Amino acid sequence: MTDTYTRFVSHGPGRDIAKRLGLPQPVALRRYRPGAPLIEGPVLVQGSTSGADSLAAALLAWNLDVRRHAIPKEKLGAIILVLDELARPEDLEHPVLTAATSLRDLAPNARVITVSRTADSAVEPATAAARHGVDGLLRSLAKELRAGATGNGILLAAGADTTSPGTLGALRFFLSGRSAFVDGQFLTVTSGAGQLPDDVEKPLAGKVAVVTGAARGIGAAIARTLYRDGATLILVDIPAAGDHLAAVANEVHGTALQLDISRSDAGQRIIDHAVARHGRLDIVIHNAGITRDKLLANMDAGRWNSVIAVNIAAQLRINDALLASEHFRDSPRIVSVASTSGIAGNRGQTNYAASKGGVIGMVRATAPLIGERGGSINAVAPGFIETEMTARIPFATREIARRLNSLQQGGRPGDVAEAIAFLASDAAGGISGEVLRVCGQNLVGA
Amino acid sequence: MSVNGQSVPGPQEPTAATQLRKAVVVGGNRIPFARTGGAYTKSSNQDMLTAALDGLIARFGLQDERIGEVAAGAVLKHSRDFNLTREAVLGSALSAETPAYDLQQACATGLETVLGLANKIKLGQIESAIAGGVDSASDAPIAVSEGLREVLLDLNRAKTVSRKLQVLSRLRPKDLAPDAPNTGEPRTGLSMGEHQALTTAQWKITREAQDELAFNSHKNLAAAYDAGFFDDLLTPYRGLSRDSNLRADTSLEKLATLKPVFGKNLGAEATMTAGNSTPLTDGASTVLLASEEWADAHDLPKLAAVVDGEAAAVDFVHGKDGLLMAPAFAVPRLLARHNLTLEDFDFFEIHEAFAGTVLSTLAAWEDEEFGRTRLGLDGAFGSIDRSKLNVNGSSLAAGHPFAATGGRIVASLAKMLHGKGQADGRPARGLVSICAAGGQGVVAILEAL
Repeated sequence: MTDTYTRFVSHGPGRDIAKRLGLPQPVALRRYRPGAPLIEGPVLVQGSTSGADSLAAALLAWNLDVRRHAIPKEKLGAIILVLDELARPEDLEHPVLTAATSLRDLAPNARVITVSRTADSAVEPATAAARHGVDGLLRSLAKELRAGATGNGILLAAGADTTSPGTLGALRFFLSGRSAFVDGQFLTVTSGAGQLPDDVEKPLAGKVAVVTGAARGIGAAIARTLYRDGATLILVDIPAAGDHLAAVANEVHGTALQLDISRSDAGQRIIDHAVARHGRLDIVIHNAGITRDKLLANMDAGRWNSVIAVNIAAQLRINDALLASEHFRDSPRIVSVASTSGIAGNRGQTNYAASKGGVIGMVRATAPLIGERGGSINAVAPGFIETEMTARIPFATREIARRLNSLQQGGRPGDVAEAIAFLASDAAGGISGEVLRVCGQNLVGA
Repeated sequence: MSVNGQSVPGPQEPTAATQLRKAVVVGGNRIPFARTGGAYTKSSNQDMLTAALDGLIARFGLQDERIGEVAAGAVLKHSRDFNLTREAVLGSALSAETPAYDLQQACATGLETVLGLANKIKLGQIESAIAGGVDSASDAPIAVSEGLREVLLDLNRAKTVSRKLQVLSRLRPKDLAPDAPNTGEPRTGLSMGEHQALTTAQWKITREAQDELAFNSHKNLAAAYDAGFFDDLLTPYRGLSRDSNLRADTSLEKLATLKPVFGKNLGAEATMTAGNSTPLTDGASTVLLASEEWADAHDLPKLAAVVDGEAAAVDFVHGKDGLLMAPAFAVPRLLARHNLTLEDFDFFEIHEAFAGTVLSTLAAWEDEEFGRTRLGLDGAFGSIDRSKLNVNGSSLAAGHPFAATGGRIVASLAKMLHGKGQADGRPARGLVSICAAGGQGVVAILEAL
């Protein structure tokens, strides 16, 4: 599964050569496996606020090996830097520089996670400066980490604190192998909503989930991941992809619904199918999408319209049906697949980027609407993911594209699926209107 | 009351059927049908039947489900496929504890599996069932000649080298020619097409009428695909997502240009062409049947009830009736049993083996003398509203993988009936009629739920 170059530089002469020449040295990332420990090694909780204390207590309850002070030379699984009471930029120095002394003790595939407050909820300019300073700090630190270690941040909005379900849910996600390809990213906990699962191995138990575009690639990976996490699945794809769809459905014990999502009645048909077969509908994953790449100067209406119709117009129409339905009221969750193209842009993809930028706009504007129903909506923006589609990119272009991130490798469909499964879970109920990038901290697009 | 010389119980007499529970059609799945030598050339019957089953399982979430019984069959069957259906079940996502059996009644195989399994459900022997059929004319079995077969068997029994050589010396070059399957009737030597040509001529069915029926079949099937009718009846296979025989752009003019292929030596004008006859086809179909209780417990739809069925056979060997005319007798008998007439139906699914078959059957029903002398009625049996005939296309357009046609028709008709719901204050009703080799025919009534 690991690409050839990564295998070459992982051990023996290949490792030495790469080191001497200063070539990228990607490592095999730690990915989630059911039954494996949440994280290997002690977790250092850095910070002396009461928020840090209660967060450390929560981690102890998860049976983690928690440290409040580093033991020099002891290998650490993670550093959690709690910065929830910053008032001035000067307040950064002590906790940050203390944590800095432990960075060399981080084990491979370790985690650094900041917990701080959103700048826009600050009243004083100095406080906002301190809070937003964490943004630059974390993103830079993530680029300094090596050997599969990642740095991510949790931002607390006014309604959240260090032990809100959303905070602990995000913390668990970032600590675990589920976030292997998420690096240099922030998740904002907007409220105290949400609920941690009874069984951490089956966070989606009892949920009925729809995945569109599930016949192959990232969609099929989402189906497998949601199934592993306990969900009952309805898999949707166009009728022409029905054979692949049936194979995935049989693998994950779901039902195959052959349906073109750009049909005007698609939303109602999805709801009808879910209610008739399963009596409920909890989660909708908008994954189906198409590309029709062309430079804008050569773009025709057919390419433009088909991409807009499938990638964003269909999602909007299905969401309208979902939000109007009495069957989508019990902690409903929507997760859309956006793209880093929709954030940073991509040559030849004006139509695709417009549609994926549209997804981000839709998610932000829909958050308050679904919030009224006790639900959440978020998007995941994949970067370079190793799929059948990216395998068709010419070798040199592909090799450059997959190294252009802090982890120096492409992600897997499963990495995108893990982020989606987390955002679809009740643990993420306090997170809404967010766009989480799964890109290994791609160097373009922030 | 008497039909075909036999007395049948009148409607007022309670029959066993009235006390039985319902057997319902939950849904179906088939793979697109492919012209022989096309997309499925390398697919075996077992491959295709397994694919059709897996699509059905995915549609209805039947993974690891122990189904009461699965019955299917193939007309062209390898001897190694003695347990074809059970092997397909084992290769599918169903529970390995699902029993299965093979059934063979020529082109009526598929419909007969539906009727047999529906009866078991009605009797309470099973709660759920999958009926099906498959055929590959591409991957057809080829037998060795009788001469070679006898030599090989004797060779196996020979104990000494000299005896073995003695046996081998009996081999002649002509024994090495393989014995390929054909659609000829063993007792007449005539192909099915030549038999139908006799019937077509007997009932004076015109070339124009046959071409029009073929044209409507293509037109209706294409429209059904465009409307998404098959979205929940079909799962793509090997790159096909529509029947490869379908010619959406065909026209009466194009059909009129085709040269006759059957009945060229009958003295009368030959009217049967490749356009108004079904081609050899590969494909598979399945139908999920259940008791109402099982369907409810599994939150699955109930499209239509399998009301009843009837088989008939004709003496085509002595030329008393045409080879494919058995449904002309089966339908009147079945309708009499239920006190129904052709006017009581909303959909007619008459399998288009040849356009001439459908039209000869309709002509016989409209014929006063046939009604009186052959059906024992006071006059003609009746006529049907042609706008209710094969409204989503039939075998001329879709193709006809022999044993798979019954499942195709039953699943499509059940969906149409469910969509129609009520008609004239009663549940919508549909008639299925399938002719088969050996002078046989099987017909059935389905009713909307």
